[in-house]
Parts: sequence; structure tokens; C-alpha cells
Amino acid sequence: MSENKIEIRGMNLHYGDFHALHDIDLDIKSNEITAFIGPSGCGKSTLLRSLNRMNDLVEGCRITGDIRLDGEDIYHDCDVNLLRKRVGMVFQKPNPFPMSIYDNIAYGPRTHGVKSRVQLDEIVERSLRGAAIWEETKDCLKKSALSMSGGQQQRICIARALAAEPEVLLMDEPTSALDPISTSKIEDLVLELKKDYTIVMVTHNMQQATRVSDTTAFFLLGEIVEVGDTEQLFSMPKDKRTEDYITGRFG
Amino acid sequence: MTTVKTAAKPAVKSKPQPERVYGRGRAAVQKGLVYGAAVITFAMLLFLIAYILWRGIPNLKPSLFAWTYNSDNVSMVPAMITTVEITLLALLIAVPFGLFTAIYLNEYAKRGNKLVNVIRITTETLSGIPSIVYGLFGMLFFVTYLHWGYSLLAGAMTLAIMILPLIMRTAEEALMAVPDSFREGSFGLGAGRLRTVFRIVLPSAMPGILSGVILGIGRIVGETAALIFTAGTMAQIPGLLQSGRTLAIHMYVLSGEGLHMNEAYATAVVLLVVVLLMNSLSALVAKKLTKK
Repeated sequence: MSENKIEIRGMNLHYGDFHALHDIDLDIKSNEITAFIGPSGCGKSTLLRSLNRMNDLVEGCRITGDIRLDGEDIYHDCDVNLLRKRVGMVFQKPNPFPMSIYDNIAYGPRTHGVKSRVQLDEIVERSLRGAAIWEETKDCLKKSALSMSGGQQQRICIARALAAEPEVLLMDEPTSALDPISTSKIEDLVLELKKDYTIVMVTHNMQQATRVSDTTAFFLLGEIVEVGDTEQLFSMPKDKRTEDYITGRFG
Repeated sequence: MTTVKTAAKPAVKSKPQPERVYGRGRAAVQKGLVYGAAVITFAMLLFLIAYILWRGIPNLKPSLFAWTYNSDNVSMVPAMITTVEITLLALLIAVPFGLFTAIYLNEYAKRGNKLVNVIRITTETLSGIPSIVYGLFGMLFFVTYLHWGYSLLAGAMTLAIMILPLIMRTAEEALMAVPDSFREGSFGLGAGRLRTVFRIVLPSAMPGILSGVILGIGRIVGETAALIFTAGTMAQIPGLLQSGRTLAIHMYVLSGEGLHMNEAYATAVVLLVVVLLMNSLSALVAKKLTKK
């Protein structure tokens, strides 16, 4: 058993009057892929975005309880910009910046003070290789990232996240806007990345969860109903509601 | 007209395809109206420009471009230079203020903040005030109270205040049009708000911001009422605290005196060219900035 990278204890989240997450307890293990599944609006993405404090940007969002990254309370002991460097994020829709591929990848390192051209070149190449898109982009690093296809854009976004040298990678339905071929490329990539990173992934696609994740958490109405080994959760769910969901009776 | 009659009648009488026939007639009328409106609008613009060119170009004599003005040659060179000076000066004051206010309102202030609403209402009110009122204010405050006299600076300050709401609103709209996903992407990589605004948001909003600046230039170049009482009407190349007249005021004075109508038309031609040049220059800058 590997150690816990992130520990969530007794966490509650409110958007104004709306109680979005109830008493969440969850451990996320190092170098594993944890999948969050559940129907729309059940709080998966909300929890994911709490892990790098993206919810700070949402007005009226209040969080109580404890989220610890390597034992550090991320809401109290941590500088938010450093936290987001350590906990990278890939969004649902590919969102490359309107600049060249090179500048997109170099944005994170530059933000954190890397100035030397040689070092940047090296980081860019390593990140693009890491995201399995080096071969397609090495001859056109100066081209606008927006000129690439959706699947390529998403891999550029992954490379961009990797370039900041994170420890944890959060992925919010990273393939929901992509076609099956791009999706399978990204799934292969995610499995590859798990060697070096801890990955948390929100997905609506249950096959995807079974294909890539080690641990799965099932969310319903702002609560975690069941967490467990992916294989076990899908073959022998303990909770009736999990069973109903994964067999397609609702959601 | 005939199409309407023949089309409308069967709509009532014959049953087989009433709607189609009726629809066709209506479409023809609508099409006519749309084309008509477009043609009239375009024709008016064309007529205006053609008339100015026709009256102005024959009067573009070399003496109009003498370096100094006297009542004999009524040279417009000092006015051209004043126009450029006053435009740059006013933009230098208005653009930073307007842009930073817009950035504050859109990127920093919390949504629903009371101060934000007050600032918005204030700017909207400001943009509805006639320019002569700005001129009067400029005269009372800059010219008289601050003892700047009729001067380039007083004129530029007055114009800056006048175009500030315009610059601010367009900048704000441009910032609002930048998708939040860019901001999220930048924050997600550990960039702070300042870096996000200057590296990601502003470059994307630049074309919109510049279109506001172009509109501002248009208003400055065409403005007379706000300038007569603040920058005065001296035909010279002014220093900061000296009076000067812009091309628009030059035209106003020339036609007001009634002695130099032809020269006024020639000035109008030059004014047109200046506006065209400034607009295409800004468009070029916008293109350069967004290409990267």
C-alpha cells in the first residue's frame, strides 16, 4: 500500500446557502489514479477544485474541515500560488492560451522564475514528450496553440501542467470534449504519468474509470457514497446506490 | 408595389398554397427595405465624402501648408500639429486611467460591490453629458481656477475627461469578453492575479481596447465645443501652456469668419485624411499585437 498524498477530513463546502459537499473524508494515495464518478451536479468537480483552491475564485464559497497535502493544511499553511504549482490542473475544455505552443508550455516555469533560455527549451521538450505530443509539435513550436486540434490542444494543456513540475495532477473530465481516438491517447498518457504523479480524475465515463483508475469514489448529492478499489467497486459494490448507478439504473 | 398586390390577394382567396405565396411577397418587400436602407446609408456617406473632396481638393494650395499661419495664407500646418499633440496628450491621460479602472472593475473588485456600481453609474452619466458642458467645466476649472489659461494642457485634460468613460466602457467590455477559462488556466499554473491580467487577459482584450481608443481619437479630432473655451483658437504650434487650435476648430473659425470657405473645405479634406490615417494606424497596431 502506498502512502497518502492527500487527506481530506470532515470537509464541508457551501456556495452561499447551498450546501454542496457534506462531511467528506477521503484519502488519495501517491502514484495512483483516483477517479471521481457520479451524476452531474453531485460535487465531484467541486471537490476536485477544492484540492488546488480554485474555489477561492468563486464568490460566496465557504469551506470548513481539513485538506492536507503531505500533511500540510492547504487552506492555512500554504501559499496558494505555490500550492497550485504543486497541484496542477487540466480542465474539461482544452484551454490553451492564445499564444505559441512554446510560450504556453513555458508559462508555468516562467511564472515560477525560470528565465534561462536553455533551461526553458529543456523543460518545454521534456513536458511535450511527457504529454506524448512532442513528435507532432517539435517542428511548429512557434505556431499558435489554438491552431491545433482539440485532442492535441488537450495534450498541450497537460504538457503545460507538467511543465510546472507538479506532484499532483487534477483532471476535470479531460476527455469529455474529445473524440474516441484522442480519448484513448490521453488515457494511455494518464496511465504513463501515474509513475511520476498522483492523479485525480473526474469522469462521466464509467468505462474510463475502470480502464485507468486504481481507486474510485462514487459521489451522490454532495456526499461520498462509496470509495474503494476500482475493480471491487465496479464488480461488487457495497452500497445499493452505487450498484444502481453503475448498472445504469439512474444518472 | 405590384408584387405586394399580386402576392397578398391569393393569400386570402386561393387555398392550395396561400402561405408560400404570401410569404414570397413579404420577403420581397423586406428584401427591398433592407437593400434600400443599405443603399441610402451608403449613398449618404459617399455623397458626403465626395462633396467634401470635390469642394476641397481644388483648394489644396501649397500656401495652405506654410509653416506659419497668417491671415493671408490661413495655413493649416499649426492646426495639424496641434491636433496630433492634443490627441496624444489626451490619450496619454485618459487611456491609463480608463484601462486601469476597467481592470479594477472587472478583475479585482468583487461582483456586486457597491463601489463598482457607483463607478459604473458615474461613467454612464459622464458619457451622456454634451461636450459643451465639458468645455465650460474645463474653462472654469483648468483655465481659470488652476490659472493654466487657454492652453494645450487645459484642452487635453478636458478632452481626456470627456473620452474617459468611452475608453473605460469599451475596455471593460473587452475584458469581459476574455473567456474565464484563460484566467482559470493561468491561476491553475500558480500565476498570481497581476501576472494573469498582464500576460493573459490584456493581450486577448487588446483589439477591443484599441477599438475604444480609436473611437476616442475620433471624438477628439472632431471636437470643437469643448476646446474653444479651453485650448483657445490661436493658430500656432503650441507648447504645453500655450493656446492652439486643432483642425476642427480651424475649420470652425474659417467658416465662421465666412472669408475662407474654400480653405475650410480644404481643411476638411485634410481632417478626413488624418482620421483615416489614425484609424488605420490603430488597426495596424491591433493586428501586430494580436498576431503573437
